[in-house]
Amino acid sequence: MIGLAGYALLPWYISAGGFWSFGWLAAPLGAGSSALVWAMSGRLWLVGPLLGLGFAAAVLAARRPPLATARGLVAAGALGLATMLGQGLMILGTGTRFGLAEASQPGMGAGAFVTAAALLFLITTGISGLGRGRGDAFVTGLVGLVVALVAVFVFYPMAFILIRAFELKGGAGFGVSEFLPRFFAPEIWSVSCLGGGRWCGPAVNSLLLALLTGAGTTLLGLAFALIFTRTDFPAKRLLRVLTILPIITPPFVIGLALILLFGRAGTITEFFADAFGWEKTRWLYGFWGVWLAQMLSFAPIAFLVLIGVVEGVSPSMEEASQTLNATRWQTFRYVSLPLMRPGLANAFLLGFIESLADFGNPLVLGGNFNVLSTDIYFAIVGTVADPAKAAILSMILLAMTLSAFVLQRQWLGNKSYATVTGKADSGRHAALSSGVRRACYALALPWAAFTLAVYLLIVFGSFVKLWGYDHTFTLIHYKRAFGIIMRNGIHFTGAAWDSYFTTLTISAISAPLTAAVGLATAYLLVRQNFIGKGAFEFSTMLSFAIPGTVIGVAYVMAFNFPPIELTGTALILIIVFVFRNMPVGVRGGIAAMSQLDRSLDEASIMLGANSATTLRRVILPLLGPAILAALTYSFVRAITSVSAVIFLVSARHNMATAFIVGRVENNEFGIAIAYATVLIVTMLAAILALQALIGRRRLRRTDRVEAH
Amino acid sequence: MTRGSVRFEGVGKRFGKVTALEPLTLDIAPGTLVTLLGPSGCGKTTTLRLIAGLESASEGRILIGGHDVTHLAATYRRVSMVFQSYALFPHMTVLENVAYGLRVKRLPKADVQAQAEEGLALVGLTGFGARLPSELSGGQQQRVAVARAIVLEPEVLLLDEPLSNLDAKLRRHVREEIRQIQQRLGLTAVYVTHDQEEAMAVSDRIIVMKNAEIAQEGSPHDLYDRPASAFIADFIGDANLIDVEVTLAGATTGLTLLDRPLTLPLASIETGPAKLVLRPHQLQLSAEPLPGSLPAEVRYAAWLGNQIQYTLDSAAGPLFAITAPVAAPFRQGDSVHLTFAASDARLVRG
Repeated sequence: MIGLAGYALLPWYISAGGFWSFGWLAAPLGAGSSALVWAMSGRLWLVGPLLGLGFAAAVLAARRPPLATARGLVAAGALGLATMLGQGLMILGTGTRFGLAEASQPGMGAGAFVTAAALLFLITTGISGLGRGRGDAFVTGLVGLVVALVAVFVFYPMAFILIRAFELKGGAGFGVSEFLPRFFAPEIWSVSCLGGGRWCGPAVNSLLLALLTGAGTTLLGLAFALIFTRTDFPAKRLLRVLTILPIITPPFVIGLALILLFGRAGTITEFFADAFGWEKTRWLYGFWGVWLAQMLSFAPIAFLVLIGVVEGVSPSMEEASQTLNATRWQTFRYVSLPLMRPGLANAFLLGFIESLADFGNPLVLGGNFNVLSTDIYFAIVGTVADPAKAAILSMILLAMTLSAFVLQRQWLGNKSYATVTGKADSGRHAALSSGVRRACYALALPWAAFTLAVYLLIVFGSFVKLWGYDHTFTLIHYKRAFGIIMRNGIHFTGAAWDSYFTTLTISAISAPLTAAVGLATAYLLVRQNFIGKGAFEFSTMLSFAIPGTVIGVAYVMAFNFPPIELTGTALILIIVFVFRNMPVGVRGGIAAMSQLDRSLDEASIMLGANSATTLRRVILPLLGPAILAALTYSFVRAITSVSAVIFLVSARHNMATAFIVGRVENNEFGIAIAYATVLIVTMLAAILALQALIGRRRLRRTDRVEAH
Repeated sequence: MTRGSVRFEGVGKRFGKVTALEPLTLDIAPGTLVTLLGPSGCGKTTTLRLIAGLESASEGRILIGGHDVTHLAATYRRVSMVFQSYALFPHMTVLENVAYGLRVKRLPKADVQAQAEEGLALVGLTGFGARLPSELSGGQQQRVAVARAIVLEPEVLLLDEPLSNLDAKLRRHVREEIRQIQQRLGLTAVYVTHDQEEAMAVSDRIIVMKNAEIAQEGSPHDLYDRPASAFIADFIGDANLIDVEVTLAGATTGLTLLDRPLTLPLASIETGPAKLVLRPHQLQLSAEPLPGSLPAEVRYAAWLGNQIQYTLDSAAGPLFAITAPVAAPFRQGDSVHLTFAASDARLVRG
């Protein structure tokens, strides 16, 4: 036991010691000294971590009984980590908070990071030595790592929002006196538009919009899903294409296309104005425009969810209903539809959350119609920067998405009627009654045509001079964005190249990290039992419910100064992507791992492999497709993400989406659309390449991943 | 081959508030095959997983080969397991599966190869090494799982319902094979099943479990011949349980069966209500009344070729009887008279 703990400890020790000597690298002051040096030169608060490590060494050297050693390790690690956190939070960049110290210190760097990791693993090894987690140091270490990461990069920034919301005007400290009046201010909650007034508060706007979008996308999604699974509609593959569109579409592209169609100079507006003499209005810039754009963006998501739901209804139940002499309509009405109800609610809540979190569409189409996500943005970057207002709005938005999220989990969690069992169900789904079928076609087909038209226009629009005025073919937009001059080698002169390469690099770096964190978390959730697992799962899924705008604001507030100073770096972009997209990796990993018989890992363990070897040799090889899916998804999401990124980009690290937003704000639609088209093509290529890889892997294995 | 003993000292397991295993003490002698038998949810699989280290004990000490392994992770215990689902790694060939345990021990490659081949030969699958598990039949997969477990020369081999995925005919064949390999190598083996016939066929000793506790343990013969409770009598082989009243306890037992006095040549301790255990084949049926016979009516008769099964209604309740095939069996509704040899009968507490 001691040997085991000692063995597991040694490598950290060496690396901690190694970094120790040239730690604090990233300190912008250029002071490359180690903590040890600092501590000796009078910064006594840095001694804490060293004490912890020293204590641990002493405990190990003492060779006491295993339980005592384990307890000692936990205590030593906790001591070191606690003192480290304490000094980090108290002695900030500007120095004298709480009047504790005269000195100031810069952000923590690599040395601090490694030290913290070493201390963390001391604790987890100690805990495993106490017999928790079946005495597996790897598992407890992994749990500790994920918990620490989520705490630092999700909860820590969220805490900042909470604190800033209580800030008094003019930076006069903190207090509740201004919080409540501002939280419930009529400018946020006004409902006068319902009573015929002209204007509603952003909270009410967001809520109404989300409700309508949720309902609309669910209805459309259901129509598509029914057509896809229950009819002999000939162009089903085309419908499949619809499902990947929203994933690869930068968020404001649909808004742009709608402007080109229905804006004041839009094609359709012009057509009706010419043909019928209708007045050109600005109806698109407001509630209905945003709603339309969101419907186009999120209906495919509902479709994707509901395909699974509709297919999940066991055919044998429908057959049973029919043998009991029910007509097709009665079967659908009294059997299939009730069985789908939890799935429908799920799709609704998903649309609801997506709509609340949506930033691109309201930004482009909102006009005077304010929603929370855009108001948060303007509170930060607007003429009067008001972080407290941003924090309050963020809290309201967060409260809405979180309640929807909690509702979805608590209420629907146990109510899945999904009737997919291990048994092969050989029955066929009942065909739709003709009435339902016609209704579905009537709803879905025009919509599909509309969606297709919108996407074609995006491509078309990038090749014309000035949409709505001058439709001559041109490559000027591409030239300006992606110009290459071949003189003395290749020069990327286009305005967009910079952000394009940054985007690809950062996405490519964050994708494997996202997949790794997501799958590691999934592994812990599916395969391991430990105290607080429920809370652990909830907190890892939480960042899914946090709107990107809120995350962006929180990161700006939290990581703008020591102890963790990251703003302006590429690192913060990578981190934000990893923790924004992690829940998807977790979900995918959980789904894939649940299909792997648990006895496979147990067999590996019984054969003398430890958890790490089992993960590497048995689980990961069997998870190939899930890993690739997580990779693709996080890569693509990183490219299309705008809401969180827009707060975090810097001149050196600009992202494609932020670049496009800039062009839109300058009314340079041509370049924006051209750039978006290039992005879509890039992502399509990435997806197809990865899918080809997945497809080839499947051929080599049997489809059944069961243990016999 | 190494052979290890297994010892539980007051080992209990709770999942939250649910007790999966009451504190339990048991000893498994080296080189024997012991079966944990019981209905589902009785704690037999939990016991097995505690030996394996896949669950950690809530209390008590577990010793394998005399060493305390209570806090030792499964990875480091010298115990192998054959899983109900076989748990063959689908992405590895048969040989890679068998070699897995040797490989993760970082043995030299040549040794790994040789020992894995040897393991395959032991279960009669030489030449199948390059195939994927999915290309084997159920029985062959089962044998790969056994080979994979025994190439590591475990102190204890655990088998978790190893036959439940095989069809009935194959089961008898494979269980004989498992028993032969165990005896040839002198392995200590712990075998979990809910099938009493399977347990009787392979075991040196059987531990019957019920409600997270040991109900009775002993050799197959002991359990069948000297059941300690109505549960055991019914679970090990079929039994008719008839309510009786013990009137005289001692070296021989006096009792009343349906108000009629009866003397049995077996010892009993206390008087009061009890149950008479009669195996179905111990009941004799005749058309005519005999001295001391019990009248009954045939409710259902099933002719199975090698035997005839009768369900009977009697004053003592419904009874089940099996007789050898005869030319003219009784029919439904016939009146019959039942007799049994007093020396066959057993008593259990009521």
